[in-house]
Order: sequence, then structure tokens, then C-alpha cells
Amino acid sequence: MRAAVVVFPGTNRERDMALALKRAAGGRKPAMLWHGDAELPAGLDLVVLPGGFSYGDYLRCGAMAAQSPIMRAVKAFAERGGHVLGVCNGFQTLCEAGLLPGALLRNASLRFLSMDCHMRVERADTPFTSRFQRGQVFRATMAHGDGNYFADDGTLDRLEDTGLVALRYANPQGETPPEANRNGSARNIAGVLSPNLRVLGVMPHPENQVDPMIDGTDGLPLFESMAASLKAA
Amino acid sequence: MKVRVTVMPKNGVLDPQGKAIGHALGSLGFDGVGEVRAGKVIELDLAETDPQAAKAAAEDMARRLLANAVIESFRVEIA
Amino acid sequence: MADPARAPLLSEDRAAQLAAEFGLKPEEHERALAILGRQPTLTELGLFSVMWSEHCSYKSSRVWLRELPTKASWVIQGPGENAGVIDIGEGLAAVFKMESHNHPSFIEPYQGAATGVGGILRDVFTMGARPVANLNALRFGSPDNPRTKRILDGVVRGIGGYGNCVGVPTVGGEVNFHPAYDGNPLVNAMTVGIARADRIFTAKATGVGNPVVYVGSKTGRDGIHGATMASAEFSADSEELRPTVQVGDPFTEKLLIEACLELMETDAIVAIQDMGAAGLTSSSVEMAGKGGMGIELDLDAVPQRETGMTAYEMMLSESQERMLMVLHPGREAEAERIFRKWELDFAVIGHLTDTGRIVLRHKGAVEADIPLAPLESEAPLYRRPTTETPKQPTLDAAAIPDPAGIEQALLRLVASPDLCSRRWIWDQYDSMVGGQTARRPGAADAAVVRIEDHARALALTTDVTPRYCQADPETGGAQAVAEAWRNITATGARPLAITDNMNFGNPERPEIMGQFAACIRGMAAACAALDFPVVSGNVSLYNETRGPDGTPRAILPTPAIGGVGVLEDVAQAVGLALPPGLDLVLIGETKGWLGQSLWLREIAGREEGAPPPVDLAAERRVGDFVRTQILARAVHACHDCSDGGLLVAVSEMAMASGIGATLLPAPEGTPEHAHWFGEDQARYVLAVPEAAPLLEAARTAGVPAARLGKSGGEALVLSGGRSISIRSLQEAHEATLPALMAEA
Repeated sequence: MRAAVVVFPGTNRERDMALALKRAAGGRKPAMLWHGDAELPAGLDLVVLPGGFSYGDYLRCGAMAAQSPIMRAVKAFAERGGHVLGVCNGFQTLCEAGLLPGALLRNASLRFLSMDCHMRVERADTPFTSRFQRGQVFRATMAHGDGNYFADDGTLDRLEDTGLVALRYANPQGETPPEANRNGSARNIAGVLSPNLRVLGVMPHPENQVDPMIDGTDGLPLFESMAASLKAA
Repeated sequence: MKVRVTVMPKNGVLDPQGKAIGHALGSLGFDGVGEVRAGKVIELDLAETDPQAAKAAAEDMARRLLANAVIESFRVEIA
Repeated sequence: MADPARAPLLSEDRAAQLAAEFGLKPEEHERALAILGRQPTLTELGLFSVMWSEHCSYKSSRVWLRELPTKASWVIQGPGENAGVIDIGEGLAAVFKMESHNHPSFIEPYQGAATGVGGILRDVFTMGARPVANLNALRFGSPDNPRTKRILDGVVRGIGGYGNCVGVPTVGGEVNFHPAYDGNPLVNAMTVGIARADRIFTAKATGVGNPVVYVGSKTGRDGIHGATMASAEFSADSEELRPTVQVGDPFTEKLLIEACLELMETDAIVAIQDMGAAGLTSSSVEMAGKGGMGIELDLDAVPQRETGMTAYEMMLSESQERMLMVLHPGREAEAERIFRKWELDFAVIGHLTDTGRIVLRHKGAVEADIPLAPLESEAPLYRRPTTETPKQPTLDAAAIPDPAGIEQALLRLVASPDLCSRRWIWDQYDSMVGGQTARRPGAADAAVVRIEDHARALALTTDVTPRYCQADPETGGAQAVAEAWRNITATGARPLAITDNMNFGNPERPEIMGQFAACIRGMAAACAALDFPVVSGNVSLYNETRGPDGTPRAILPTPAIGGVGVLEDVAQAVGLALPPGLDLVLIGETKGWLGQSLWLREIAGREEGAPPPVDLAAERRVGDFVRTQILARAVHACHDCSDGGLLVAVSEMAMASGIGATLLPAPEGTPEHAHWFGEDQARYVLAVPEAAPLLEAARTAGVPAARLGKSGGEALVLSGGRSISIRSLQEAHEATLPALMAEA
């Protein structure tokens, strides 16, 4: 898997992401790309937009990052069938850039939420989730002020009907009551896929659960899925 | 030329901030406050001197960056 | 003859009047005039007043601070630089400091706390370290005071708002509530960074002609005279001071961190200093002063956010996210390229000279021309009068009846403001960013943060028990240091050094200065006995308000200690969550000391008596024993006994895992409530597979140890079949802060 991580001014989980990708890719470090670059390096399998506060989250989270030169290249990459993962601020940026539908609003509580959450895997036949079982629940750190997924009802219905909801906030038993949905997301949605299943946006941080010495390996299957799928590709 | 862009959450989009403000006003004893919506105002100082052209430019800016059509609507005024 | 290019000098009357307004005492003003040999300009008077403020000069505290031990073989940089530096092995250094932002946080809680975090981060990355962890020590007024809720809410949002955005995890901290902090909340922020031990940057500027460079944000009129404000008592109209509060921009700070660290990879930098309190003044004076140089600045070149700023305003501005650097000659372009890449301002604003003077030019006039050496050497230094805090009587536990019973007392204690769950606060701080947080808040006695690409980890804590310091400042000072040492030890880490944040009332009152001196005495003794030197620190005085009748009301003496320790391998760390099926052993001696305990305050309604004595030799012996056992992998969970005593410690372990325990009865001769809730020091609860070998090892080591019970089940079971479900404890423990902060 040849992966690259995009760094915008204000990105702050690029190191976490690089460590997770390196662990899943057998020690191969991802390339770190600067937001001002107009082109991606040749031969990439995966572009990751990591978490953070690009441009300080000023105006709207991800709005200015979505307009940066590299995002034109990322869009072109996605249109050519490239794989793109956006986590937290990266998910917000993918929505702002139009690569995924919907938007991430302020958390319903109006507070920053930094805590563990659980997510249920809604489909395991994607390049991002193949190492999970369908219906499997895994734990991840969430850390965001604006993770409240919103789309109009028509869009939500279309996402559901076409199986593009990848991950849903759940309790450890796999049920999806409102208490498990701390940020107030529509229909407990935590992760959304593009129609070709090659772009994933996810709000929590699976990259923080990849190391048994730090906080367990609940998130590792996501990275191993990508490494397995993209090695074969 | 100064141009003011007002960005508001679209009708139907949950506005927890507006809700919280409304609640706080109620607890301060302001009765009769109905729905509260919180948006933002962006003031632009443009080199353009023609009001129509300035307004058109600001609308383009709003569409491309200042507002997110998924959740927000906007209004442009020459200040 | 006046120099035609000199800015106008102030008349005698005007200078005296302004000096008083700026907080210079008459004798200090006289001394400034003697150094100049003439009347000052406005800018010069401003420079003297901020450099000689309590905040910058430590004029009331310095004679006492000298008594603190600051040396050890692992200390690379002790007090006097932006932050302390210690060797943590493998060629790495930990760089850390704690600093207060008390007054700004009272005036504007969000921005006050946020800029406090920003300032301490800059102190650390200035020295070449990447910040890897933030901690804090917070004190608020009574939970019943409606203002407490607003201040707590703003402070927590501010700390989170800044720390979360810059991407430095907030991994630990402590919070107390007491009416003594009603008008004076304390916000002490600590940052820990990691650097290469052979790549430490300092403020010592050298090299005549070397360029002085300004980087970061532009300068505005924010916070002018913040440093002198922080050195004055609060008056009733302090809430009107709002416009002087600085606004933080964590986004710019993040860029500044990355840009500075990138430039530090080169060898372009001679010296670097952040612009904190008194901004451009203190940074330029300190850099040139430390190097024995002169410095000349062209203020027209300073990047400015507002128009029409005067020299005085620029020199005193406390705009945030700015740094001053001295570069090697010819390296400006390389440095500028890095700062432009990160979209930050970069300007050469002056150069070093051999004159030993600071010369400021603005719009063609010399605004200031002051010799630097006397600004430092002639700075006021006070050995203010002290009076000793009267000793409190030792309370006889047997003479204090138990009005509540053990179960009720426990439920009330774990729900009390000082002991209740801090989850409502932690849940707003990103504690995981960086991907190295091995023990988050609440998981262990100290936070454990691994060093990227190493097995090695840091153990980090902040501690002080202000009610002990109030009752007996010397014991309280020693206890604060000992508790930090103990919390680090309880994770298995070796405690290495501390930073201190001394928060006190008005030093011009002998009883306050007496508290200060006695706390220092206690701290010094503990630092020496535990090989735990002070490597950095900060002093915040004048933390008092006047009551309606005009009597001064000071905060409790609060010498907050930030401790740093190291684990060679993060896998060695233990947490406090209680696993099932283990033997519980109490290490250390229990006498049942109720004086100044939380039980006495919360259950018996009395704040009195002498605090528990701190036996430093016992502390050392017990702690070294516990650490050895942890590193031998014999211990599955460990928690020290502190606020609330033994039963609260066991409850905290049980609540963390949801696993209960069956406990042996209190020994004959000790009243049961004193046994369970007394706050005797130097004690740890250990969970081990087999008690016997541990008890034997303790006997051999001469350390008191006793079997305490066995873990398992869903309740704490006391003698006589009394039982408290863990769920009921958790519910009581978790309910308090959310209820207090509802709709904040």
C-alpha cells in the first residue's frame, strides 16, 4: 500500500495517522503531502486527510482546506478511482469538497467531545472494512466539536438504500440508542462511503487504537483492511 | 466598497446554538422569545466600485466558500 | 542639551504620577531615574515598570526561591530559562514548566485560560522541544457561588479550545473548590515537551551585529500592562478591565510550533525567546541581558495589526503567538522561507550591539536608551517581613464522633466537589491526540505518555493540597512535593524533577509572606529528601480580594507542583483500575489522622486541626519499595492514598474497573472512621496475585504493610456484612459535576 497523508495548516493528527498506516503497511511510512502542492506523487494507492483544525476551523470546519490546491488533485485522484480516507477534520473536508454528501454540524451538546465511542460496522465488503465482520462493534476515540452528521432526508434515505453508511454509533452491544450517539448525528451515522466505495469519511479516530501498548487495537482492522485491499490492487 | 454577507443555517437544519441562546434568554427573564437562529456576518472590503459587480462577486464568494449550501443560506448586501 | 532625535522626556511631576499608575513604588522610580541619570521617556518608564513588576522580577519571592534544591545529575537546565530541562535517557530531554494565568482567567475565563495554555506551550517549544502533553491545576470558588459555574465553564472550554486545536493532548490535572477562591480562581497550566538532549535552545543572545528577528502574529494593543495588572490586588472594578485581555489564536500557535521546530532543525538560531508577559520588552531585555549584549530595535519594522501604534504600546503589548529570535548572520532568508511557508509574519527588527544598552527607535526618534545591566542588577529585591502561621492542635480521632456511619460517609465523600468524578472536564479535553497516551486522566495516579518511536514513557502529575498548606504551610509544602512524587511512583515511574507554581496572596502582608517562606521550606526539604529538584517555576502573588468591609481575603496558599518521572518501558506502567480476584495490600502506616481531612470537612463539617505529618524518610522508603515491586511486575494495580483516605482510595480503584472488594476490619484501637478516612501520608494500595510474598518483601525492607482484603464482586463489603454497591458509588461519583454544570 502506497499511502500519503495530507497536512493542512492546523492539521494535528497527521503523526497519529502516519503511525497507524506504517503499522498496517509493514513498516512502510506514508508520504506526507503539503496543502500547497498542486499534484500528488505518482503511484499512490491511498490519500488520507487526517484530523485536526485545518485553518483553525475558522469559517466552517474543513471549508478552507477543501479549497486548497491539493484538494483539486485529491478530487481528480478520487475521480480516477483512487482510495481516499478522511478522518474527523478530513471527513469534514471531504464533505466540504463535495466528495461525500452531507455536512458536519456543531455537536448537539455544543461542547467538544473527547471520549471513547463504539461504532458498528454496517458493511464488511469495502476496502476499508474487509477485516471486520458485518455488525462488529469496535471502540474508538472521538475528539471533535463538529461531528454532528447532517444531510437532508432524501440524501439520508439514498445513503441507506444504497448501503453507503459504513459505520454507525452504537453501544458495545451493537444497538444504536440515542445515548450512543453523543454528537447528535442523523441516524447515528459515524462513517459514510462514496458510491464506488473508495472514499470513506469517518468522524472518530480509529488511528488512536492500533497499538496494544497505548490503547488497544480496536481500530487496527480498518488499517489492515486498507493494506490488504490495496496490496492486491 | 464594503459588502456584508450574512450566512444563516437553512430552515430545517438543527441550530443547537440558536436553541441554547433562546434558552438562556428565557432563563434571564426575557419572555416571548420565539425561535432563535444564530448565523454569522462576514464583512468584505472590495476594491470593486460598481455595486452590482461587487454584489455579484460577493455572491460568488459565498457560493464557493463563505456558505455551505448543504446547511446554510446567505444574503449579500452592499453596506 | 536634549538630543534632538530623542523622544520627549516626561516632566518630574508627570513621570512620578505615571510611575505610580504603572505600579512602580516611589523608591523604585527614584532608582530608575538614577540609572538613566535624567528624566525618562514614556516608553522608558513603561519598560522599567514592567521589568520591575512582581511578575517579571520576582522581587518579593526571589530570596526564598533560592532555597529550593535545583540540581541533580539529570538536570540539564534549572530555573532561569523559559522552562526546565532534564535528561530522560536515550539522548532525550524532557522540557517542562507550569505557569499561572489566574488574573486573566477571572476577568475573561475562556481567553484567560486559553492564552495561559498558549503561553506555557511557547515556553516549552522555545527551547527546542515538541510539546507532548499539557496538564493543569485549577482552583475555583465555592460550588454554591453562581460565578463559580461560569468561571469553571469558561476555563475548561478555554483550556480545551486551545489545547485541542494545537494538537497537544491534555492528559492530567486537578481541581479543587473552596470559598477562598471565590474572587480569585487559579488557572495553572503545565506543558511537557521532548527534545534531543544535545539540541536545547536558550535565550542567551550573542554575536555583535546578529539580526534580531520577530516571528508569529502581528502586534496589536492587547493586554497592555497585563504584567503589572497581574501584580496588583484585585479591586471591585477589576471586572472593568476586560479590554486589556489578550485573545488567543491556537491555529497560529500550531503553525508557530511547526515553523520553529522546522527552523530548529537547522543551525540558524543563536537564541530564541517567546513574547509572554510584557511581550517585546521582556523578551528583548532578557535575551540581550543574558548574553551580556546590547540590543537595538527599529520599531517601525515590527509587524503591526493596528494603525498608529506608539513605541510604548508596541513594547508593552501582550499580543499572543509571537517569538523573538537572534539568528546567525546571513541566515535570515532561510528562516524567512520557513516562516512564510507556515504563513507567519517574519521581520528583522534589529540587531545585537556591544553597548550593553537597549536602544529603541521609532519614526526617527530614540524612544528608549537604557543600560541593561542595572535594569537587572539594580532590580528591586525585597526580603519582606514574615510572620509564622500559628500551629494548629493535633486532633484526637477518638474524640471526634462519627455522625454518618462508614457507608453514608463514603457515598457523600465520593460525590463531594473535591473528590467527585472529573469526567465532565476530561470529556472536553483531547487526551489522545499524538497517539502516545498510554494512561489517560483517571486511569492511573499519573498520566503516562510514551515518547514517539521509543518504548520509554513519561509519568506526569500536578498536585497540592491547599487546605494542608493553610493549616501548616511547611507541612503542606512538603506534602505537595511528596504527593507528586508518590503519584509518579504509583505508576512504576522514577520521579525526576518538578516545576512549581506558587500561588499566594499579597506578599506585603507578613502572614502571607510567612506562608510563602514556610511552604518553600517544606518543599525544599521534600525535594532534597526525595531527589526531586525544582527545574522551573512561576510565582503568582496578590491573589486576594477585599471583602465588602475592606478586609483582605487571600486564597489558600497554593504551591502547585508539576512532577515528571520516567519509565524505561511503557509496558511497565500500572494503572489504578482494580482487577478481580487479587489480594489487596496496604503499604505504609495508618494511624487514622483526621485533622484537615476531607472526612472532617465534608462529614463532620469542621475545617480544623493540624494536617497529617509528612515523614520524608518514610515516604522515600515506602515509595522506593512500591516502585521496585511494580517494576518486578508483581503489582497489577496501584493507587496512593490521598484526599479522603484509605476507603476512598479503594473505592476509586473499584469505580475505575467496576470490580468490588471484600475488606478486612479496621484494626483494634483505631476508630473505624479514622482508619478508613484518615489521611496519613506515604501510603499505597496494591493489588497483587498473592499477598504473602509482598508482605514478606515489605518486612525485609522495613516497610509497614498489611493485608487489606480481596477484590471481586460488585460491591465494597466491609466487616459485619455491610455492603456498598460499586454502581451506587459510581452514580454518586459521576453525578456531581454534570448537576453543578447543567445548562452552564
